[in-house]
Amino acid sequence: MTRRFGRRWALRGVSLTVASGEIVGLEGHNGSGKSTLLRIAATALRPTSGSVVIAGTPVQEDPDRARAQVGLLSFQPGLYDDLTARENLVFASRMLDLASPDINAVLERVGLLAEADERVRTFSSGMQRRLSLGRLLLQSPRILLLDEPYNSFDRQGVQLVNEIVLTVRDAGGCALIVLHDRHVAGGILDRAVRLRQGLTDPAPSGEGLEARIVEDVAGATV
Amino acid sequence: MAVGTMDLTTDVAASARGRTNWLGVAGILALAAAQLFVVVTSPPDRDMGHLQKIMYVHVPAAWNAFLAYFVVAIASLRYLWKGRQTDDLLAASAAEVGALLTGLTLALGMIWGRPTWGVWWTWDPRLTSTAVLFFIFIAYLLLRAFVDDPERRAQWSAVVGLLGALNVPIVYMSVRWWRTLHQIQSSPSTVDPAYAWGLRANAIAVLVMLIFCIRHRYESARLERGADDLVDRAALAAGRGREVTDG
Amino acid sequence: MSWASDVRRMRAIAWKDLTAERRSRAVLNAVTFLGVLILMLFGFALGPDRDALRDAAAGALWLAILFSGILAFNRSYQVELDGGALESLLLYPGSRWSIFAGKLLANLAFVFLVELIVIPVAMVLFQVQFPEGWAWASQLAVLVLGTVGFVILGTFYAAMSSRSRSREVLLPLLLFPMMIPVLLGAVESSTSLLRGDPMREAGAWMGMLTAFDIIFLTAALVTFEYVIEV
Repeated sequence: MTRRFGRRWALRGVSLTVASGEIVGLEGHNGSGKSTLLRIAATALRPTSGSVVIAGTPVQEDPDRARAQVGLLSFQPGLYDDLTARENLVFASRMLDLASPDINAVLERVGLLAEADERVRTFSSGMQRRLSLGRLLLQSPRILLLDEPYNSFDRQGVQLVNEIVLTVRDAGGCALIVLHDRHVAGGILDRAVRLRQGLTDPAPSGEGLEARIVEDVAGATV
Repeated sequence: MAVGTMDLTTDVAASARGRTNWLGVAGILALAAAQLFVVVTSPPDRDMGHLQKIMYVHVPAAWNAFLAYFVVAIASLRYLWKGRQTDDLLAASAAEVGALLTGLTLALGMIWGRPTWGVWWTWDPRLTSTAVLFFIFIAYLLLRAFVDDPERRAQWSAVVGLLGALNVPIVYMSVRWWRTLHQIQSSPSTVDPAYAWGLRANAIAVLVMLIFCIRHRYESARLERGADDLVDRAALAAGRGREVTDG
Repeated sequence: MSWASDVRRMRAIAWKDLTAERRSRAVLNAVTFLGVLILMLFGFALGPDRDALRDAAAGALWLAILFSGILAFNRSYQVELDGGALESLLLYPGSRWSIFAGKLLANLAFVFLVELIVIPVAMVLFQVQFPEGWAWASQLAVLVLGTVGFVILGTFYAAMSSRSRSREVLLPLLLFPMMIPVLLGAVESSTSLLRGDPMREAGAWMGMLTAFDIIFLTAALVTFEYVIEV
């Protein structure tokens, strides 16, 4: 898979497969194309060449079905500053067409129940990320795509992220996490892949490698 | 959407350019011939004298400007439907040539109007509609200038081109009706049969020139795009090669 | 089933835009004041002769609406671009036209609110009497038809201009040539109605405005996905 922005190639040659039950880390320096790869996997971007297959469905055929399975935690919070935390979640639940979402439970889970009716504009970046995680919880996707979720997050925040990831994994899903350094993840990664200037380069794997391929999640070839 | 492949084999490109050049020569000859025909055969208009001869360029230019916009509309529609880069380049080329023709039409209309009516502009319905068309062309071209990403630029201009096309007949009708309600000046008659042949000959000559200009611009654009693609592909391959050798 | 959920999404987006605007309220106030200011400038430029002002009233009003209302459109997308919310918005499964329709509804409410202030001010500044009998209903119909056309195209083009360079100048350049039929139709029928519609032309102009609105609403809904996704 490749992707360019105007004249610049962000991804030159990427081939990646994540199986169900796997938690994969994506490492690389700034500008190596990690975020781009994640956003392509999330269907937020289209590749210049190559394809993405999510849970057996090629994304190009049925993007909505792919989107229903995938949850993206982007580097930018993607929230509305002038709305309260609660209103942001209410909006998300309406856009997700959820029948009767338990907003309070989600707010409590991410530790924002006390600030539920404050405007997001007043939140710190850590609080905003918690709210984005709350939105992910509402969606409860099978596949998690997280872009640098641990960045400047306190220990409780890191724990929250890992709990969410493990919950998804235990339910049969999988996760692809972009990070600077795999040690930040606190040992939950099954393996790590390194991206260098837009090319994959399997880094020596950390813990033991689980290769239980029940569902192809994201596969791409150039 | 994958990068479109450009047909750059030298003999195909060369023969296409060759055909286009013949078209250009034919167009200039036809235009010269038609103008000569008009100068020799058509009588001076009883009101306007030889100034009337401007009509023989002004009106064909106007017709062909609208034709150019028609090309923009069709190419835009085809781009949205099929997604081929060539349709986008065709639309852009037609827009550039059309903008020039529209500008020429307006300038000639004003040059004709000054001695005839004493003023540079009278809100004549056809000229006014042509002015609106000019702004629609310019808006299209400026949008293209302000968007850098090629795919976004192509898709956005196709949509803008289409919507503009939908509006052209509405604008024409509205302006004409507006002027009939506030009747002051009548527009020059161009349906007098004495002028018909001269107009037709010139219209066809300008049409040939239009096709030549659009094709020429289109081929230049294709070559540019092909060159850009080669550079990009080289950058892609070089990056990969470098990674392998570094180990 | 999916049509109903698209309508729900549309309502959710309209609710979201209006709630956010109600909180800050900064833009609504600024736009309204700008509209009034533009009317004053027209008054200075065209008046103070009573008859001249009355003849120019509809034209000045519509130009004031166009120049001030246009500020609402880029702002409607700015709120999505600031925190990267647009990407999240596009990741919810569902049709794209519902995004356009939701923003359209919110912008319509916004512009109608601005007009609620600007129109009475115009009537005062330009010496226009309140229409007698039922004529005000026709004037209202013209206002609605014209505003709808303006907001449809403004919301549509702003989806592009807000994400380009020189957005402040690009939106007027794209939008205003397209607005000429609306401007002609609205001003002509309003002016004629103020004089009692001697030539029975208002109805025909209103028909043209209705056709314009239907044509461009359809075109916008159909082509919006090409604009927002790339």
